[in-house]
Amino acid sequence: MSWETVIGLEVHVQLATQSKIFSGASTQFGAEPNTQACAIDLAMPGTLPVFNEAALRMAVMFGLAVDAEIGMESVFDRKNYFYPDLPKGYQISQMDYPIVGRGSVEIALADRTTKTIGITRAHLEEDAGKSLHEDFHGFSGIDLNRAGTPLLEIVSEPEIRSAEEAVAYLKYLHALVRYLDISDGDMSQGSMRCDVNISLRQTGASEFGTRTEIKNVNSFRFVEKAIEVEVERQRDILEDGGIIVQETRLYDADKNETRPMRSKEVANDYRYFPEPDLLPIRIDEAYLTAIRDQLPELPKEKLQRFIEQYALGDYDARLLAAERETAAYFEQVVADCGDAKASANWVIGELSARLNREDLEIANSRVSAAQLARLLQRLADQTLSSKTAKTLFDVLWENGGQDVELVDQLIDEHGFKQVSDSGAIEAMVDTVIADNPQQVENYRSAPPEKRKKMLGFFVGQVMKASQGKANPGQVNQLLNEKL
Amino acid sequence: MSVDRSDIEQVAELARLRIEDNSVDELVSKITSILGMIDQMQATNTDDIEPLANPLEASQRLRADVVSEADQREALQANAPATEAGLFLVPKVID
Repeated sequence: MSWETVIGLEVHVQLATQSKIFSGASTQFGAEPNTQACAIDLAMPGTLPVFNEAALRMAVMFGLAVDAEIGMESVFDRKNYFYPDLPKGYQISQMDYPIVGRGSVEIALADRTTKTIGITRAHLEEDAGKSLHEDFHGFSGIDLNRAGTPLLEIVSEPEIRSAEEAVAYLKYLHALVRYLDISDGDMSQGSMRCDVNISLRQTGASEFGTRTEIKNVNSFRFVEKAIEVEVERQRDILEDGGIIVQETRLYDADKNETRPMRSKEVANDYRYFPEPDLLPIRIDEAYLTAIRDQLPELPKEKLQRFIEQYALGDYDARLLAAERETAAYFEQVVADCGDAKASANWVIGELSARLNREDLEIANSRVSAAQLARLLQRLADQTLSSKTAKTLFDVLWENGGQDVELVDQLIDEHGFKQVSDSGAIEAMVDTVIADNPQQVENYRSAPPEKRKKMLGFFVGQVMKASQGKANPGQVNQLLNEKL
Repeated sequence: MSVDRSDIEQVAELARLRIEDNSVDELVSKITSILGMIDQMQATNTDDIEPLANPLEASQRLRADVVSEADQREALQANAPATEAGLFLVPKVID
């Protein structure tokens, strides 16, 4: 039987405001427990929430960037549940009138196709505190520094069909919030968190199957693996004629499995109602226009510009425009060396491979954009051959210094300079001819159409004698003359 | 619309309210009568009326994104039943 996977993602993004969504306490990560939890965050009686304008602005920026309808009048609601890290006994969220309505993003897949994924909505809410379950003499410890940090919850349509698409979508959102500078998107610190809804249905069926929700998956890789194991689990059950229980599950990375969450909550019944402590938020066209005018160049706009300005192919342009930092690096290399095609090839090829291998962000590249540009200039002016250029890249990487002059310095130190001195090359050519009389004779007696292939032998010998540094063009020319 | 004993018990559970067994019937009848009043309100025709999130004809004022609250942990934890290492201590909860 063949099954279709149906996935929807709920992504929580912590917005990079200075202060909390409803109080003036700091949102800085890593402070001592409860030093950034004020009376409002602690739900002290008599306190009232006041909404942070930056949280609104950032949510609207996101909405505009995904071509969404913006809620011109949006309303906060109370989502009621009890947990010690939620002091009020309710979370202020948005239910019926979210700030961001329907939108969409276009993701790129490995087979070089693209796919549009719908965004159902994105709403503002407050984060909860943290419960620490290490043993405090049979108690749990509560840190409320995170309580009240603004979150944007982005809900996708159930249009994702594989783990690959889920990860591509998630990476797109990650890059986008960083482009917009509304979040650092750091999954390891919880700035971006993901709940995955998964169900299966027989291929061709129109009804959705029963879904499970995997909570709080905290890396791209875990999202991929969690989906894979959950799909397999559901498929096994369905093929044995069983039924899927709608439930919340957790992904255990150590065991690479999902398992049901133990929860005492009777059922998810949050009894939403409008938050009486906050009035509706009303915005107007002038506000939207002002924000639209301040938006930075977005990934899809940059992609288009790269294709036009640098004559890059769609795929290369997409890779380079995907992350703001990568795009900036690439553009600096082009600006410094003037060759867009070579810059693109090296950033996508040599540099990306190296970054991947060492699991580094481009911001931490051990070869700077200015250095790569200088290297490409030296390749263009034939100081370097393509072979020595790659070796030099490795040497630069190991060295790690960011000074651009280091490039020429290392070329000298390591003797990477391509020999273009015709006298020196001529001497090597002469030696090779003298040392290989048999091959010379074979060459000379061969018909012209075969000679081209045979010339390769001599080129190889000269290059070997020069330790790869002779200018291949000159070697070819001299051999042709002398043979 | 009416409620029965199990509705009352479930709502009490969600609200973490302990209700004595012998008071459930009384609550059933009281809440059913409140719901009767709501049914009456529901009967009003609201076809052309926009939903109202708040009775005040006003919009939310916004606050500038500025940190204005200094650390007051010591004062705020002074009346907590138990703290340790800056944390509030609560009966053990594991999800």
